[in-house]
Amino acid sequence: MSIAIDIDSVAKRYGSFTALHGVSLQVHEGEFFGLLGPNGAGKTTLISTIAGLVRASAGTVRVMGHDVVADYRAARAALGVVPQEIVFDPFFTVRETLRLTSGYYGIRRNDDWIDEILDGLDLASKADENMRALSGGMKRRVLVAQALVHRPPVIVLDEPTAGVDVELRHTLWQFVRRLNEKGHTIVLTTHYLEEAQEFCGRIAMLNQGRLVALEATRELLRSFSAGRLVLRISGAPLPSPLESLVIESPERDRIALRVERYDAVEPMLATLREAGCRIEEMELLHADLEDVFVSIMKESRV
Amino acid sequence: MSGFRTLLYKELLRFSKVGFQTVAAPILSALLYLLIFGHVLEDRVEVFEGVGYTSFLVPGLVMMSLLQNSFANTSSSLVQSKVTGNIVFVLLPPMSSLEIYLAYVLAAMVRGLAVAAGVLLVTTWFIDLRVAEPGWILGFALLGSAILATMGLVAGIWADKFDQMAAFQNFIIMPLTFLAGVFYSVKSLPGFWQDLSHLNPFFYMVDGFRRGFFGVSDVDPWLSLVVVGGSFGLVAAFALALLSRGYKLRY
Repeated sequence: MSIAIDIDSVAKRYGSFTALHGVSLQVHEGEFFGLLGPNGAGKTTLISTIAGLVRASAGTVRVMGHDVVADYRAARAALGVVPQEIVFDPFFTVRETLRLTSGYYGIRRNDDWIDEILDGLDLASKADENMRALSGGMKRRVLVAQALVHRPPVIVLDEPTAGVDVELRHTLWQFVRRLNEKGHTIVLTTHYLEEAQEFCGRIAMLNQGRLVALEATRELLRSFSAGRLVLRISGAPLPSPLESLVIESPERDRIALRVERYDAVEPMLATLREAGCRIEEMELLHADLEDVFVSIMKESRV
Repeated sequence: MSGFRTLLYKELLRFSKVGFQTVAAPILSALLYLLIFGHVLEDRVEVFEGVGYTSFLVPGLVMMSLLQNSFANTSSSLVQSKVTGNIVFVLLPPMSSLEIYLAYVLAAMVRGLAVAAGVLLVTTWFIDLRVAEPGWILGFALLGSAILATMGLVAGIWADKFDQMAAFQNFIIMPLTFLAGVFYSVKSLPGFWQDLSHLNPFFYMVDGFRRGFFGVSDVDPWLSLVVVGGSFGLVAAFALALLSRGYKLRY
């Protein structure tokens, strides 16, 4: 499998502040890749480095084999970026905006493709409206359209669904998924973990400028417990064979235990009974990416 | 270079869509200057022999409009794009620094020259203006607008907000322009101020430009050409270096 984005020991320092501490990761061609992390983790800095908006203090980035500094023309031509902030040029209509963007990428007479994108994003009826007249969600769609005018093989979306209504989110994901099926590599940052869980095949997590996880989404979910058994017990303390399974105990008698497989629950209950514990309350929770995220972020805090 | 072509087109479209503000308004202000100063000073001041003050004033005003509008176009376009964030549309595509430089500067030159031509056209309704050496007119108009467009680009890259831009314009560009002999001949100044004026590159733009109309000037137009041409080379190299380093654009 060839590599769409190759990030090699990228560091970024702003004076005494270090935004990225030597991050290395590779995104393969055709992947749907998620980049997660809390605010200030360095996600946008990393994306901006890929896009050439930020210059790395050390390390290299290649897009489709092209170095983003030395061979910036080829690298940028291969990349479509949807910025996080909603930005627009108030002087132009939607169609003018898309024609101009095409021109910047050296493409003239791009109207057939522009129409296709407008249709795909439900923007066709707004094509001749001025950018100023559009709602925030519509402006966001135009930003997505702008990232696609030059048919880039690699598309980076920086929190594309922040502050966006349900319908647009649906349209957007449908469209992006179709692009991915057609072979485009997609890199996504998001705060909505359920989105990452649903779409991304592989996930990288950043915290305080460091890569703290990089795994297939499935593996990531599995490695961080299949589920949790939350218990309130009385009568006797937690028997020692179960102590290694404790994830957290927010209150003294309320304990969350890691459950690897559901058929492990029964022996756990048996152990409790034998030790003389009474079960006052019991709840079985499924793991989701949010649990994984929270626990990784907790572990990686420096 | 098709990225350049599109960016040039976009910059032209940007100011022509607000043509009242960017072209018509500065023509009107120049005309007001001419009417008022001309009326007050016509019979009192004679700078060159046989040239009335109003006629003397016209090339100065044309040049002033040219310089101010060339500067205003690049600077306001860049600061607006930076403040609103849509500068990324220019930074993301595969365009070189030279393409970006040329597109911004040429568009600003077009605006400056359009305003200058407008001022000239309107004033010739009122005033008989001769054209002695048109080559100088064209040469200094092109170089002057290129210099100011480039300075506007530099100011636009440097300024983070409109306040800083206003400072740059009012504390650097305006004094340099007004003290360049737009309204008077530098020869009429006392010795010290005359020497000081000769350190101002804007003086050479105005003086050389005026030479084209009247065939007379305070200094040799070839000297002016060297000074103005050299200044352009310096500011252009500086602006290109800023763009290539990504100063305040690519962090």
